[in-house]
Amino acid sequence: MNPAGVVSGGRQLLAADPVTGLGHLLGQPFLQHALAAGTAIALLSGLVGYFVVLRGQVFAGDALSHVAYTGAIAALAAGVDLRFGLFAGTVLVGLLLGVLGGRAGADDAVIGVVFAWVLGLGVFFLAYYTAHASTGNGAASARVLFGSILGISRSAAITAVGIAAGLLVLLAVIARPLLFASLDPQVAAARGVPVRVLGAGFLALVGATAAEASQAVGALLLFGLLAAPPAAALRLTSRPWRALALSGGLAVAAVWLGVVLSYAWPVLPPSFTIMACSTAEYLLAAGWSWTARAGWPARTSQHSVAR
Amino acid sequence: MTVGFDWNLVSDVREILSFHFMLNAMRAGTIVAVVCGVVGYFMVLRRQSFAGHTMAVIGFPGAAGATWLGVNAGIGYFGCCVLAALVIAALPGGGRAAGSTGANSEESAVIGTLQGFALACGFLFVSLYQGYLSGLTALLFGSITGITDAQVLVLLVAGVFCLAVLAVIGRPLLFATVDAEVARARGVRVRLLSAGFLLLLALTVAGTSQVTGSLLVFALLVAPAATAMRLTARPGLGLAISVTVAVLVTWLGEGIAFFSPYQIGFWVTTLAFVGYLLAVAGRWLADRRLVRAPGTPLPAVPVR
Repeated sequence: MNPAGVVSGGRQLLAADPVTGLGHLLGQPFLQHALAAGTAIALLSGLVGYFVVLRGQVFAGDALSHVAYTGAIAALAAGVDLRFGLFAGTVLVGLLLGVLGGRAGADDAVIGVVFAWVLGLGVFFLAYYTAHASTGNGAASARVLFGSILGISRSAAITAVGIAAGLLVLLAVIARPLLFASLDPQVAAARGVPVRVLGAGFLALVGATAAEASQAVGALLLFGLLAAPPAAALRLTSRPWRALALSGGLAVAAVWLGVVLSYAWPVLPPSFTIMACSTAEYLLAAGWSWTARAGWPARTSQHSVAR
Repeated sequence: MTVGFDWNLVSDVREILSFHFMLNAMRAGTIVAVVCGVVGYFMVLRRQSFAGHTMAVIGFPGAAGATWLGVNAGIGYFGCCVLAALVIAALPGGGRAAGSTGANSEESAVIGTLQGFALACGFLFVSLYQGYLSGLTALLFGSITGITDAQVLVLLVAGVFCLAVLAVIGRPLLFATVDAEVARARGVRVRLLSAGFLLLLALTVAGTSQVTGSLLVFALLVAPAATAMRLTARPGLGLAISVTVAVLVTWLGEGIAFFSPYQIGFWVTTLAFVGYLLAVAGRWLADRRLVRAPGTPLPAVPVR
């Protein structure tokens, strides 16, 4: 999975003292690209993910991550840039889910039926691509599914950072009304917030985020950056803006830690270490809130009363 | 013997069944489709699609890990799916996909985290087991080759067990699904039923994954049930339609996959999706005819 030369680099990182080891790490161009693109993508995913969780649209995010796979493989089969298929597919389906879902949000059975078929289409394109392309068939599929942050080129990293910056600006513009519409849609609608347009636009934004994130951690491991950091942030604080910032920060921390860990132990693929770090963050946050007696005990007592 | 499709369907079917692996695929597919049609109907009714998908996804590291360790992949599927069901059953909301801004939106994030971590573990096992990348496609997207006699037997036992248990708990489960509060007041043990159903769902998902692959379980689990619900609101008829659609989709999918270069996953999902679209279109036409039946006056519109 990792580029050649990582093995010796990893040994140096383990052998040398932390400061020289880290200096050596940052001197590697492919790691600079990975960290630059990873930071931008993680920040975007963490912030967007907070709204996804707040609005109860995790399942829709799940569906969009599967669309990302089909989009990328379709682009490969058609012989165009992979990212073109990624963004076109996810943004389009995101908009579609937002428009079709209407006020109540798309039915989970409908989402399930649609995304099973979209994945089936992905299988079709994969078979077509495998039959017609001369090189790298199985590896390409695995790369789209599980990502390869250490394999990001300089130009791809610059593009990823640029797109992430653009999407972050977009999120900053709609953040206030979106938070309002997420927390209390009725009151927001009464106060003149265009709730439906905002909802559809937001799902398109989630689609674009899914396309960005699948370049780093792969289409299937999106939840490491989209669901785990906000879940951890919600354990730690109940204030919206603070949780939003925390979610972004935790996602970035998971990527940094994950990249360093994967560099130190090349046996572990970076997508796995990033995912493991964000899961560990959530477990730590849940443990902390458990000891602080906030959240879960209140809900369980409510349950025992109902019974 | 050459493999080729002609329009004599009888000889085609005979040709398919002359291969032992296809016979096993058909047997396994039929068992799985019947169980999926029934369990999937309850799953869609209970809005637990997200939980079902999570179990399917968690089956993947089980199978990949079992292959890496040299154990039967079936053990990995069943073990991990049941484990996932126990975890989801322990969560307060029981793994429902949250509504718009429900209290359990955070819980769905937890399930999402679980899903991502499980897939990451599966990827780790696959990359530890060098040169397994072609097997990865089969694990994720299914394959009609390589289902053994022993596997069919295990699927049959698991399937009969699921249907037998569901026959016993079906009525109270339906009651608890439609109106949990009233059922609880009438002495139905809602929480126990919910946990039991999640375990049945886990067995079903583990079995289905071995035919359709981890990612395409929904083709048999959600689409036939959703199709049935578009056509009728009556549970008995709905279950029958759901099972019929699942079995037809599986047979056709496996048959076409045998003659075509594309995998079973593509055909099964596409057929299931087409079935669902037909049901939606049929429902729409029926509703229109109901409104504008010849001879009946148009519904009165209040004048503002």
